[in-house]
Amino acid sequence: MSEETSVIKISEDGDVKKVAFSQPNIIDETTIHQIGKDVLALIDGFERPKLLISFHGVQHMSSAALGVLITCHNRVRVKNGQLYLCDISKQIFEIFKITKLNKMFQIVDTTDVAMKSFK
Amino acid sequence: MRSEPYIQDQTLKDLKTDLEKVQKAVAGALLNCKYTEYAQFSVRLCLEEAIVNAFRHGNRSEPGKVVKFVCKIDHESAEFTIQDEGQGFDPEGVPDPTAEENLEIPSGRGLMLMRAYMSEVAHVPPGNMLRLVYKNGPDPAD
Repeated sequence: MSEETSVIKISEDGDVKKVAFSQPNIIDETTIHQIGKDVLALIDGFERPKLLISFHGVQHMSSAALGVLITCHNRVRVKNGQLYLCDISKQIFEIFKITKLNKMFQIVDTTDVAMKSFK
Repeated sequence: MRSEPYIQDQTLKDLKTDLEKVQKAVAGALLNCKYTEYAQFSVRLCLEEAIVNAFRHGNRSEPGKVVKFVCKIDHESAEFTIQDEGQGFDPEGVPDPTAEENLEIPSGRGLMLMRAYMSEVAHVPPGNMLRLVYKNGPDPAD
């Protein structure tokens, strides 16, 4: 089963919800706000969410997008869930490294690796 | 033959529409001056952070307040000045977002990214004017 909002695509693999972005640029405030709203609603729908966010195709991302990801991370943690990020390009990964958020998020190379990492 | 520098001096009134126009124009100028893909990525990210900050934090999103944007792009460097109508701030007073206790706070990383990606970042006192410079050259080593 899959569904699509104006900013993200959601699919299921067992008990894992996979999220992908519909646009290559996650910099516009309106877009970022909507992503936050949609992903948080998804997280809130589960007692212990297992969430995989793929950055496949993402070319640009701002600090506001990082803020939304941190909010999602915090929400998942409160619910004792799991969140993995994957398919992050070299340029986008550098943003995580500069801000040291690569230490906070569980970042893996690919969807396959992430799927094997969920407990 | 090298082209003339791209120079803009404009007043931004609307964050969304004017920022898009600025980004498009700057991207074109960077391409003309043969900046690398990494440089284009860096400048786009930093302009986004700087102009959003100017509208949101400097002008506190107050209607009618504008942001002055000046840029000069040639083959050597891309220089930008972004000035809001706020009272300014002390950039040294911004908490370090990479400190353990701040990592989970969702905001406060824009300035850090600008410092990482640009060659020069300077706040002109009282802090409502930001000067950004990207010096053209090889991409930083991995």
